[in-house]
Amino acid sequence: MMDSPNRSPQKMLRILMPLVVFVVVAGIWEAVVRLREIPPYILPAPSLILETLVRDWALLFASLLATLRATLEGFLAAVVGGIGLALLFNRAKWIEDAFLPYAVILQVTPVIAIAPLLLVYLPQHLAVVACAWIVAFFPVLSNTLLGLKSVDRNLAGLFALYDASSAQKLWRLRLPSALPYIMGGLRIAGGLSLIGAVVAEIAAGSAGSGSGLAFRIAEAGYRLDIPRMFAALALLSAAGIVIYAGLSAASRVVLRRWHESALEGE
Amino acid sequence: MTAIRCSEIRKVYPRGVDALGPVSLTIGEGEFVSLLGPSGCGKSTLLRIIAGLERPSAGEIVIGMRTRPSSGCIGFVFQEPTLMPWASVRDNVRLPLRLTHDMSAASLARVDDLLARVGLAEFAEAYPRELSGGMKMRVSLARALVTDPDILLLDEPFAALDEITRFRLNNDLLALWRDLGKTVVFVTHSVFESVFLSQRVVVLTARPGRISSEHRIDAPEPRDESFRTSAPYAAYCREVSAALGRASMAADGMAAG
Repeated sequence: MMDSPNRSPQKMLRILMPLVVFVVVAGIWEAVVRLREIPPYILPAPSLILETLVRDWALLFASLLATLRATLEGFLAAVVGGIGLALLFNRAKWIEDAFLPYAVILQVTPVIAIAPLLLVYLPQHLAVVACAWIVAFFPVLSNTLLGLKSVDRNLAGLFALYDASSAQKLWRLRLPSALPYIMGGLRIAGGLSLIGAVVAEIAAGSAGSGSGLAFRIAEAGYRLDIPRMFAALALLSAAGIVIYAGLSAASRVVLRRWHESALEGE
Repeated sequence: MTAIRCSEIRKVYPRGVDALGPVSLTIGEGEFVSLLGPSGCGKSTLLRIIAGLERPSAGEIVIGMRTRPSSGCIGFVFQEPTLMPWASVRDNVRLPLRLTHDMSAASLARVDDLLARVGLAEFAEAYPRELSGGMKMRVSLARALVTDPDILLLDEPFAALDEITRFRLNNDLLALWRDLGKTVVFVTHSVFESVFLSQRVVVLTARPGRISSEHRIDAPEPRDESFRTSAPYAAYCREVSAALGRASMAADGMAAG
């Protein structure tokens, strides 16, 4: 419960080790490129990628913001839609039976194949958001459903004993019971909504003022500007890592005091 | 005064499993009664029917003057502590008050009073996972008493605890019963526990559970460790043990025949 003396170094090590791996791999990469004199249009050195990142920062950062905005909107829609649908499904079995198969179909159909169709019907930004939503809402839906169904039977009995209203059962029993599952769903959905947004951007392909990072990658590819492709890719990875870390931290904060998943090193 | 009256209660599950009864049982106000029987005899089912958590297939149940208990007049302690892991000890104990919309100052004061009674005053802000099994059960006991119910129902509450903890909780439960004067129905499969705690032990047969015999335990109050080691206690245990053996045998004989 309290900080044990030997936990801090272990925690440090957990952050340090991946960094060491990163530095070593980047170093080998840099050395190979320099020693073999590999031209940048085949494989740019990490130093060149960094240089490109700094040089093209204004352009790339604007694109990153565009992608992140679509990701965030898709993610929020997925959270609201996923939890909302799960609550609806949980109210009546027939609603779940009627609609869950379609949610599954939406999930198993590759989003890259749906994206062109969405781009026909919707304005570009909306289509990108819709793609992010499609891939992200299912894990929220299925996890929330699972959570709502895993309420402790005896606790439910206790609520019945005191004649709890449906609102009390929802807010004081079912949603808190489902919370660890919901947080797990959100963690998956965060990364998926980024993927959905990027896929839609690539499918969109057309230039525009609000073009996202994926478009920059495609565009740089056409121009054989390999360093910029890598730089944009690095930014995308960083965005994905930040999203995942942010949602993990949120999950830990929410579940800190009571759920096994949020306990550290006991 | 009669606190609980069960008349010809039966429970048959949908697949035709005859779980219980018919059982007729009258429990007086302020009485401490144990239901003792082999596992699967339907004693927990009977308790859940008294609580209104399950409906009997046949028969009638009267709590006080009513056929359906009003919310808050029965406290129930489950086999497991059944606490909300996301809420502090105090919030767990307060839950029944919230659910019955009784947030009066007197009731809220009872939360802390009960926590003190079960020896957990300084753990009010702790979370269930920080407590031992025995402490969790005490929280569960405090929660069952927080609405000041007339009747306290306990469903093998201490079965999963080690013997030392169980003895201590037995003593504490008796102290609570003496102080608060509740009607207590205690389900157990332990002869020793039932004899130590109750004024009356009701022995049930194996499925379908029927009343096989009743044993009045006359012992000077307050019962404590000296009673646990006394000759009368041993004699009662032998008597009830033999009765439980007969109840189980009878069922086996029926199954064989």
